Order: sequence, then structure tokens, then C-alpha cells
Amino acid sequence: MKPQTLGWTLLMVVGGAFLIGRAVLTGAGTVYVQDVEIEVEIEDEAEEEAQVVTLQRVEQVPPNARSEPGVRLSYVHTFGLWVAAACTLGIFSFLWGDNPLYKVTEAIFVGSSAAYAMVVAFWSELVQNLCGNLLPDLMRETLIPGLKVEEPNLWYLVPLVMAIMLLWRLMPSGGWISRWPLAFFIGATAGFRMMGYLEADFTQQISNTIMPLVVTGADGSFQFWASLKNMTIVGSVLVCLTYFFFSVEHTGPVGWAARLGIWVLMITFGASFGYTVMGRIALLAGRLEFLFDDWLWLIDPLGRRLDM
Amino acid sequence: MYTFLRDLDRRWIFLLMGIVATVPILAGWRFPEDPSPMVRDVFHAIEDLPDGSRIFMAYDYDPASQGELHPMALAFTRHCALKGHKLYFFTLWPQGGPLIQQNIRLIERNFPDYEYGEDYVNLGYRSGQEGPIKVIVTDLRKSVAVDVNGTSLSEIPMTRDIRNIQQMDLIVNVSAGYPGTKEWVLYASTPYNIETVAGCTGVSAPYLYPYYPEQLAGILGAIKAAAEYEYTLIEEYPQLKDDPTAQEALRRMGPQLVAHVTLIVLIIVGNTIYFVGRSRGDVT
Repeated sequence: MKPQTLGWTLLMVVGGAFLIGRAVLTGAGTVYVQDVEIEVEIEDEAEEEAQVVTLQRVEQVPPNARSEPGVRLSYVHTFGLWVAAACTLGIFSFLWGDNPLYKVTEAIFVGSSAAYAMVVAFWSELVQNLCGNLLPDLMRETLIPGLKVEEPNLWYLVPLVMAIMLLWRLMPSGGWISRWPLAFFIGATAGFRMMGYLEADFTQQISNTIMPLVVTGADGSFQFWASLKNMTIVGSVLVCLTYFFFSVEHTGPVGWAARLGIWVLMITFGASFGYTVMGRIALLAGRLEFLFDDWLWLIDPLGRRLDM
Repeated sequence: MYTFLRDLDRRWIFLLMGIVATVPILAGWRFPEDPSPMVRDVFHAIEDLPDGSRIFMAYDYDPASQGELHPMALAFTRHCALKGHKLYFFTLWPQGGPLIQQNIRLIERNFPDYEYGEDYVNLGYRSGQEGPIKVIVTDLRKSVAVDVNGTSLSEIPMTRDIRNIQQMDLIVNVSAGYPGTKEWVLYASTPYNIETVAGCTGVSAPYLYPYYPEQLAGILGAIKAAAEYEYTLIEEYPQLKDDPTAQEALRRMGPQLVAHVTLIVLIIVGNTIYFVGRSRGDVT
């Protein structure tokens, strides 16, 4: 047996034994739920008073409440917890190297995210926004009882027609039809963005950079640190702009300023790298906390298993 | 030693980082925080508003960034609820819906007096990236006709009189990228002068700082700023001191500190190996 295979086998056996031990001895990796009743008022135009309907919602409860009346072990939620833990470990396994477990987990993640986004967009945009405005009576009777739109808004035929034109590229012929709505979307987006960037990023940022280099307090005293901060901001902007100004050869004072501009950019990238590291460690800590708390019950920062 | 370190398999580095992130979590290490002026600005943007102000909670993040952004989103929600503000939840990310639901669950558990439709409302998700911002900034109902439960906005007490989000006293945005804080600055806060504060991922923080303080009243950059925000919140509201759910970001700073120190050491060691190798002619 190869040393790598032996190592993996040992890891799996020891890890599996540990998990079974934790699950049997402490009940780790189980999820408890209870049914919560919620009352919803439904207005009926035929009747004066609103009708109250009681619905049930399944709510997760902390494990230390498992002996309370109405609380039960949820096999579905428990299975979901183990799937989430397995997916987390599957993604982490990429650190060892590319492997089938990682590939499967990645595919599940991409597929479920795309499907989820599609379903949400279908209900919120196609059903609620488009059909709700074009066919309000039908939607009120079927899918959106609370809809208050009275008359069809025929302006919504425009996006409907454009959507059909966009999908026309899937037809065997006439694919060119999809270019027209595409051209509209690109043009409109470019226009929106140009206005936004010109106002908020260009004009406003220039305005933000116009600041006093010598700052004085209310009593007229010189504020050293505030002045230094403003000088640093203005100076950094100028040297960075000099670095990206290629109409003049970067020699002499222009060259020095451009070199200083590179340093400023490098410090910015360094800060960005530092923040990225912080972000990644935060994500790692979040997943580790999930594994140790929700799954393995090794820690209990929220006190959900006190008195157990 | 030089050869050993030069040829070290990178997987040992991964293992080391895993251990240094794990130990503080298992040991429950915590460290004191010193809130920065920017974090205090974010805090006061919410705190100094009169009780019952309208806050538009634009939570544009998903489970992939939950570990980094969810603590600050919960802190924002908790702070606004402590002040008795009216909360309008909204997201431009399709996976943001369930995370908004978790924020609403926090309200339901900790603020029993808060009533849906009177004190908070979930406007749900709108597709179209920055498109909905352009629309709701002038006409809310053109993009959002009903809330997530399908109830018309004209039937909900707290949305009945809202024409557009210019009527909001503050926009609170939690952003994992595009669409996010930048889009809210471009299409809402700058052109319509709506006071906005943001919490963002570490990756995007350096690119949003130029908007402070003119276009953004404050920014929470990554988990560190979230921890400082929680610390400020506990300072002002001492009843949260014994509530572990209000200290999620503070708890995450243990692994942060140890992992960062390790990474700094690794960078120094890596560069030393590089320069030693160059002096020996191993590196071209």
C-alpha cells in the first residue's frame, strides 16, 4: 500500500471512530426542533372582518431544551447538518490536493447556488413583477393573494417582448433578433454607469481631495496630525496620478514622483492583501466554529448545551 | 535548515494555519478591542438618530461571506432594534433572503415588542444588480410592489406612506461585493444625498475608504471592525455584556490575532529564505 493511501485510510478510520464515539456518547451532530404556531390574518373582501389562519413553522431549538414538551429530534435537519459538515470537509480537502470529494462538493455548491438564484428570480421577478402587473386578476386568484394591482399595466409587455427576443437565440434561425435587446441592455447599463461614475467617482472624488493642507483648530492652533493626514492624502493622489501620466517621460522630478507613486500603490496593495487575509481567516474561523460547535459539540460559545 | 525550509511542502503551512486558527477557538481566547474613529462614526450614525427613525437595511451578502459579514449584520440589526428604529430589509443578492430571515429571527427572539409591518418589514430580493437601486430611489413600488409574504406595500402600515428610499433617514448596507456598497454610493447616497453607512468584506474595504467621510458616513471593514462595533455596542448597552449572541465578531478575533501573527512570521521566513537563496545563487 502506498504511504499516501495508508495515511488517508488511517485518517478516515480514526476520524470515523471519533465521530461515531461523539455521536453515541454525547449525541453530537443532532438537531432538535419544535413546531411554533403563527397566526396570519387574511383579508376577505366579501367579509368585513379579517380571517385568522393558524400556520405551523418548524423552529430549531438548542439541544439543552430537548427534554421540553413539544421538542423532538429532527432527522431531516440532522441529515442536513451532516451534509453541511461533509461539504465543509470536502472543500477543505482541496488543500491536500485536487480529489473527487472536492469535485463533488464544488459541483453541489455551484449547482445548488445557481438553482436557488433561478428559483428566487423566477418567483420575485417573473411571477410577482411581470405576471403580477400583466395578469393581476389571475395572479391574485392563484399565486399572489395579497396583490393589490387592479388594472393590467401594459408597459410590462415591453420587458416581456424583449425577454422573448433575448431567448430567440436558442431557436434554429433568427438568432440575430437577440442582439437588439442585448444592445439595449448594454447601452442602458453603460449610460447608467457613466452617469453614476462621473458624479460619484469622478467629480465627487475630486471634491473630496480638495482639502486644507494646513489645518487649524477652532482656537487657531496648528493641528499637526490632521495637517499631516491631509498632506499625505493629497500628495499620494498626485504622485499616483503622475505614475499613470505617460505623456511626459518619467525622468527627473517626474520620475521621482512616479516612483513615489509606485510606493503608494504598493502600500495600498499591501493593505488590500492584509484585509484579504483577515477576510479569509474570518471565513475559516466561521467554518471551524460550525464544525466544533454545531456538529461535534466540542465548544459551546452560545451556551446552547448548558445543563446537559 | 535552509534546504528543509526551501523544499517544505506547502501543505505543512496549511496545517499550521489550521492549527493556529483552531486552538484559539477551542480555548475561547478573547482580546480587548479599541474602536477606531470610523467605527465610532458608524455607531453614532445609528445611535444619534431619533428613536423610531427609518433605516433601510440593504443586506447584500450570501452564505459564502457569512463568516465575515453576518456578525456585523446582526450587530446592525440589534443596534437599530435597541434604538427602536423602523427597519426595511432588502437584498440585491438572491441568497441574501435566508440571511435576512436570520436577522429577523434575532428581532423575534430578543425584541418581542417589535411587530412585523409596524416596526420591521422584509422587502426581499430584487434581481437586476444595481437596476433596482436606480428604481427604488425614485419610486419604491415600481420595483417592490409586495413584501416577501406577498402583502401589498399599501397594506403594510410602515410602508404605506413610503414613496421612495429618499424618505429613509439612513441606509445601512452590508456588502460582499457586486452589487453592494459601491452601487449604493453611485446610485443612491451620492446623487440623492442619503446618509449611508456600510459594512464590507476585507477584500473590498480599501477600495471603499475613499468614500469616507463625504459619501459614506462610516465603514466597517471586515471582522475586525465588526468586533470593534460589537465592543462599542456593549459599552453603550451594558445589558449585552452577558449575551454571547451579541459577541460573535469579538469571539472571532482570537483566531484572527494568532493567525495574523503566524502569517507575519511566515512572510518574514519566506522572504529570508528568498534572500538567502539569492545570495547563494539558487534564485535567479
